Parts: sequence; C-alpha cells; structure tokens
Amino acid sequence: MAPRLKSIVGEALAALTKGFAALRSHLSNDKGQLRSFVNVYLNDDDIRRLDERGKTAVASSDTLSIVPSIVGGCQ
Amino acid sequence: MSTFAAPNATSRATALTKEEIERYSRHLILPEVGVEGQLKLKNARVLLVGAGGLGAPLALYLSAAGVGTLGLVDFDVVERSNLQRQVIHGTGDIGRKKIESAAASIAAINPNVRVERHELALSSENALDIIKNYEIVADGTDNFPTRYLVNDACVLLGKPNVYGSIFRFEGQASVFAAADAPCYRCLYPEPPPPGLVPSCAEGGVLGILPGVVGLIQATEVVKLILGLGESLQGRLLLYDALAMRFRELKLRKDPDCPICGTHRTITKLIDYNQFCGVPQASATPATIAGEIDPVAVKARLDSGEDLQLIDVREPQEYQICHIPQARLIPLGELPKRLHELDRSRPIVVHCKTGGRSAKAADLLRQNGFTGVLNMTGGILAWSDKVDPAVPKY
Repeated sequence: MAPRLKSIVGEALAALTKGFAALRSHLSNDKGQLRSFVNVYLNDDDIRRLDERGKTAVASSDTLSIVPSIVGGCQ
Repeated sequence: MSTFAAPNATSRATALTKEEIERYSRHLILPEVGVEGQLKLKNARVLLVGAGGLGAPLALYLSAAGVGTLGLVDFDVVERSNLQRQVIHGTGDIGRKKIESAAASIAAINPNVRVERHELALSSENALDIIKNYEIVADGTDNFPTRYLVNDACVLLGKPNVYGSIFRFEGQASVFAAADAPCYRCLYPEPPPPGLVPSCAEGGVLGILPGVVGLIQATEVVKLILGLGESLQGRLLLYDALAMRFRELKLRKDPDCPICGTHRTITKLIDYNQFCGVPQASATPATIAGEIDPVAVKARLDSGEDLQLIDVREPQEYQICHIPQARLIPLGELPKRLHELDRSRPIVVHCKTGGRSAKAADLLRQNGFTGVLNMTGGILAWSDKVDPAVPKY
C-alpha cells in the first residue's frame, strides 16, 4: 500500500482511511494513535524515528508504506 | 562483522575428511569460504525454532551447506496440509513427529550433520537453557508469544536472531539482536491483540513463499558464520511475491526499547501469553454457556427445528466444504447483513475451528440477538464428529 499524497503523514493516513472504518480501526486506536504493531514508513524511514507521529511532512514524490506485523512461519 | 566461537571449543574440528572435501568442493574453491570457512560451518551450532514452513528450507540448505550442528525445536506432527510448503516432510511422514521426519531428511542429505532434538514448546522456563548452547538462532515460529520469547531470550543472551515471517504472498526478514543491532521489539514494541492478525492456518499462504523467506534466513545464517558480506541487521527486508519485488526499510534501535534500550525494564523472560493477551487454556463458563457441540447441532437439525445455521467463513472456504443447511455470511459482512437474520429463530454460527464464529456470536449478542450459539470446533469438529466425508483443510 503506497499512497502518494501531498500532505503530512497523519492527513495522508486520514485520507486513506476515510470511509473505511474497518481499516482505520486496524491502523489506529480509539485515541487516533497509530497502533504499536503497525509501522508506517516514509520512503525507507520509520515515521516514529523521524518526528512526532503523524506530523512528518510528505511530498508528492514520497512513498508511504504501512507495514503490519505478521507472524506466519511454521504451521 | 564478528564470527562466533562454538561454546565447546575443545570439540572443534580442525580438518575436513576426504568425503567432506568432495562434498563441499564448490564451497572450498570460493576464496571467501575455503577450508577455513568450511571448518567454521562444520563447527557452527545453529538453533532452528520450528520445523515447519521456514524451518524446512533452513534445515535442508544449512545441512547441505555443512553446518555441523542443527538444533531443532518442534513438538508438532506432520499433517497432510503441511506438505504444500514444508518440503522437508514427505507424504509417508504424515502422522510422524516433525522433528523425526526433519532429522531423517537431514541425515539423508548430509550424514555429517549432528541434529539435536528439542521436542517441546519453547517457553520462558526452557528457552535460555536451550538457546545458550547455540551461536545463532533462526526463528521460524508462527505465533506472537514465541516470537517475543525468542527475541527476548536472544537479546538477554546476546545471540543473533535471524528472523523470517510470512503471510499469504508477503514475507519479512531481518537479523535482530546481533551486536548492537535493533531487536524485534524495536520494530514492533507490542503484538496485535489476539485474533486481529490471521495466522497462515486461517489466512492461507502461498506454498513457495516460505521457501524464499527461509532461504533468505539461511543465507544470513551462513554469512554470520563465515563473517561474510553485509548482514540484514538494522534493515527490514520486505518481499512481495505477487509484485516480485524486494524492498528494504531502515530499522533503528529504539532508545526506549524495554529490553535493549537505554533504560531496560525487562531483565528476564516474562509470561509471553499474558504479554500477547492470549487467553489461558481453561475456557470460562460464560464461553461454554454460549457453545454447542456439532453432534447437538446435527440432532437439532434432524429433529426439524427451525434453526438458522450461519457459516461465517470466507466464500473460498465455503467452496471447499460446507454443511448443507448452512448459509454463508462471512464475518466481515455480518455487521451489514444483520437484517437478513430472523430474530425470532435460534441461531447457530460456525467457522473453521470456532474462533471467528465466537466473534460473530459476540457481535450478534451485542446487537440484541438472543439464543445465539457458537458451534464448538467449527466445521473441522463437524467432520470429526458428524460427517467424516467433509474434507478437513
């Protein structure tokens, strides 16, 4: 999933989840904070390490990636 | 990059046999490996957690490559549904312990490899004692409690944790916890609540996928042993099989990480089921009260009772097998399709094993439906107890 939006990260995610309540609840908690088992990368950087969550600037040439934790391997 | 000394230095091999020189000749003529590197492989001790999808390619290739000692942790039995991807097991191994089947395959490929069997579930009580005897751990498990357990044990013992994980058509790989590298908790501080992320058993997995991801892990293991190249530490590799694309993300050590950060609050192994919110084995009376056995469902249907049997699985699962009287309403569609259900008639919901239908039953009760029952064990239990002609998948 890689939306290209001219916005700050939070707005980009809000735009993505607008109208998709189920997707929103997977990405953020009741307080609107990104869930700790879902990472968002701006290009190849984790936004948690870049700036306060959701406030990092995004240019139209940037790629946002949502990378959830997955666990399969054995069964 | 550092290399790793075997815990028992006195038993280190210092020469290769004639048979080994022939076997490993394509390694030996690589100047980056040579006899010295092959001896490092021969003296290496690697622990594979899980002898399943990821463990299969790991074990096959690491044994062929000449890793001297492979520890296997697994307590499972080979099932037919494993064979689509767990290539270390064959059709004749169905019903056999995976650890025995894997050991036999390894012996067939390379009798020089010593297999150490750990037929158990890795736990907070045994993990440190087992892992301390190995230099590198490759994690191929399939549940969050064990992922966090392996991570924490590796951080506490200072062992590199070669990580791989798969889901449907995608995989992730990295090397955690090696000298100053970020750990799994730096990547994902907390697991998702139980049930939110489907397992491969629920969500499916492309059979080839663990082969690719397991071999990325095997490659990292061999590089760590040989001290070659650029390790995946500090990087998260993402693999998308459908796009046939690899991507790489930066992975940084989290200064606030509770186990490897600057102010560590986890200094010993914890209760990982509790950490991951996994309910304890004993079911609560409330759950049992809302459950019904497949045999009882069959009896009620046969008596002509006007029961609404709702199958909340996905359409592709319904195609594989279904109960004739059942009506398909996938769990994800249920909130929008409540009006299709008759509130005056009893409702029984079922899925594959009972997990999704328990959520469906809760959802119906929250919306004012009464007399809602969840069929215990899902259609797999129906196959076991009512109609063996229904295939299990």
